[in-house]
Amino acid sequence: MADITAPSAPKRERSSLLTNPRTRSLLIQGFLFIVVAVAFWFFIANGRDNLAARNIATGFGFLHQTSGFDISQSLIRYDDTSTYGRVFFVGLLNTLLVSAIGIVFATIIGFIVGISRLSKNWLLSKLAEVYVEVIRNLPLLFQILFWYLGVLAAMPAARQSISLFGLAYVNNRGVVLVRPIFNEGSGVVGLALLAGIVLAILVRWWAHRRQMQTGQPFPVIRTSLALVFGLPLLAFLVMGAPIVIEWPELRGFNFNGGIRITPEFVALLLALSTYTGAFIAEIVRAGIMAVNRGQTEASESLGLRTGPTLRLVVVPQALRVIIPPLTSQYLNLTKNSSLAVAIGYPDFFAVFAGTTLNQTGQAIEIIAMTMAVYLTISLFTSSLMNLYNRRMALVER
Amino acid sequence: MSDIAFIRREIAPMEPPPMVIGGPVGWVRKNLFSGWFNITLTAVSVVLIALIVPPLLKFYIFDAVWTGDNRESCLVASGACWPFVKAKFGQFVYGFYPIAERWRPNLVFAFGAILLAGLLIPRAPFKRWNAILFFGVFPIAALILLGGGDFSLNQFIIGRIVPLAAMLHGVQIFGLTLSFWLDFVVSSALIVVATYFIANALGAEGGFTARAAATLLIGIGAVLLALDFDFGLVPVETRQWGGLLVTLVVSVTGIVTSLPLGILLALGRRSHLPIVRIFSVCFIEFWRGVPLITVLFFATYMLPLFLPGGLTVDGLLRALIGVALFSAAYMAEVVRGGLQAIPKGQTEAANALGLGYWQTMGRIVMPQALTLVIPGIVNNFIGLFKDTTLVLIVALFDLLGQIRAAFSDPDWATPTTLFTGFAFAGVVYFIFCFGMSRYSMYIERRTSAGRRR
Repeated sequence: MADITAPSAPKRERSSLLTNPRTRSLLIQGFLFIVVAVAFWFFIANGRDNLAARNIATGFGFLHQTSGFDISQSLIRYDDTSTYGRVFFVGLLNTLLVSAIGIVFATIIGFIVGISRLSKNWLLSKLAEVYVEVIRNLPLLFQILFWYLGVLAAMPAARQSISLFGLAYVNNRGVVLVRPIFNEGSGVVGLALLAGIVLAILVRWWAHRRQMQTGQPFPVIRTSLALVFGLPLLAFLVMGAPIVIEWPELRGFNFNGGIRITPEFVALLLALSTYTGAFIAEIVRAGIMAVNRGQTEASESLGLRTGPTLRLVVVPQALRVIIPPLTSQYLNLTKNSSLAVAIGYPDFFAVFAGTTLNQTGQAIEIIAMTMAVYLTISLFTSSLMNLYNRRMALVER
Repeated sequence: MSDIAFIRREIAPMEPPPMVIGGPVGWVRKNLFSGWFNITLTAVSVVLIALIVPPLLKFYIFDAVWTGDNRESCLVASGACWPFVKAKFGQFVYGFYPIAERWRPNLVFAFGAILLAGLLIPRAPFKRWNAILFFGVFPIAALILLGGGDFSLNQFIIGRIVPLAAMLHGVQIFGLTLSFWLDFVVSSALIVVATYFIANALGAEGGFTARAAATLLIGIGAVLLALDFDFGLVPVETRQWGGLLVTLVVSVTGIVTSLPLGILLALGRRSHLPIVRIFSVCFIEFWRGVPLITVLFFATYMLPLFLPGGLTVDGLLRALIGVALFSAAYMAEVVRGGLQAIPKGQTEAANALGLGYWQTMGRIVMPQALTLVIPGIVNNFIGLFKDTTLVLIVALFDLLGQIRAAFSDPDWATPTTLFTGFAFAGVVYFIFCFGMSRYSMYIERRTSAGRRR
């Protein structure tokens, strides 16, 4: 059989530049880049033409102009002769204030409700479930308006204020709280408090080390409580009661003295903390349920009681699951505080992107600054989150 | 060996019978009264329920006014004023949509409900056609039905160079502008021919590419034809839309546009082409980092500045664009979660079979990933549905806005009008959101059935 044909050289496929992966990837990316660049150029050119046509001067000069409007709540000195630049900071501080207090309340509500949902008590866990389902399934704006128009506006007039143990009065103009007045010598009390906290931390550190070395436990919690509360109390008595409480008094149609909180602030705070609290409750529940039942059983079989089991075994593991989504809820709360504009709480968005935008007409600068502020807050938080995640992530082989 | 310490000489006393552990009594004892702490919790819960439930029942049912034609009937009642809701119901659902034309939104609601039911019920047949109808045909049909259609189209491509419109004097047949369609047909033919030659020059299959271009152009043409055709419907401006109609239009548009955009962005974020990845990441992180309300402000106040002078965009459309971009970023993250859950072996197996990128994604990875994230998509939709309330801040009247506007109607000024409005809105929002969340849980159970041990 000499009839063997030489294997013919494989016929080259008709190949093209388009099927080469390298050229393809360059082509696609170049194409995308050009499309995006052209789109940006298109928008910017239009923006320039439109601004020129409407005689709007661009630039940030308006930040130095006098604002000429009042803001009902301000943490720093502000009046209508202040500049728009100051409005920016007044609003930012108001946003941070309501967010910070809201975060504290939301966390408290969330942990209470989340743990209640896991309670062995059937009634309590059902109650917590109903709370979570109702609150999560209603729009936040609905809840803000409800608290503002439905609850706080429906409160009695100042003369018939509802008193909460004399510490606070609720009426249709908001809430009046008792105000502590710091006289001379209060500084010492503050220092004592600080010293108590520092000492408590030191005691904890020392007790931990001693227990590691000798196995002897030390009543850390009792000592810390004594230090944190006892020292300031001692200082308070020694200095001759420098802090007095100013009780609000009803004079005529309104209250004298005390801290006055606007109804807008109260409504926004209530809505934000109950709403976010419901989401946090679900996160807490999921976090605790994520800890394997075997962990609890193992710690019980080692002889640990319920308290130490929770404190040393369950909670540290649950926190690893809870904290990342918890942070994003905090972030959501901060972003959602911009809904204040609907009820007129002077938060950053309302005074800056609302009033200032209306008065100056500098839409591009103001909205860009507003977005930049929120973007900075959220990118900052998420980068902190990533750091934390890297530290807390399980180290596996 | 008699020093045994203890020998029982009489029968031990009887132990008390064990507590009932079965039946309702045992259940109550175990779950509500199993210790002083548990009893305290039960007591606290009972007090809470007693504080909340009776007043609610009284307000909604027992003290409520059920019949009446005006505010007089509700003035003395301490419960809900349901005649107010009855009288305003049309406004709450349609806004100021002309009463004679309300059959149009009704038809849209009905179509939407039927198509959606077909998509959502796992056993319903024809899923693919259903999806095409819902995501492709339904939005255009809804746009024509709600707005009236008969858009005026002027020039396509050639018309910008050759003054066809002036030559044909704007002749219209059934609402179709002749000059535009002449322009469209000629331009399309030129494009198809050009694609054929360019593809051939680059060494690709000219015929195939040209056919693809032609299909795309025919699709665009069909959509434009539907939009341009005069169906004889009375035009209804979007300013007249309102209530639940706007709520649903905004949320459904958001979900329909954000799904494809979100899929593309998620693929872009996982792409190994650096520029594609960077653009996707920037886009996603930007929109996720700002509150929706700034996006709506951006769309309302800044968008007109960035468009060519003279081109005005409808107020509702501006809000829709903002919502679509915003929810696309969130959708992208949901889809990315699904993509990450698909083992790499799936992609590798598809590559080994010789499938290209789009085939791998479209036929192997995406179907698995999307099934996994249906609950996430539904949750996203719930969030979007709740967030549509924010459009009231940019002066559009959705359900909440319409109800809020009705509070100030002097004809219905009663002490309970405000609470009735909130009670009604709350029930409507709750039914929608709660229903969707139950659905997502049902799907989750269904899809995880195979993986559960």
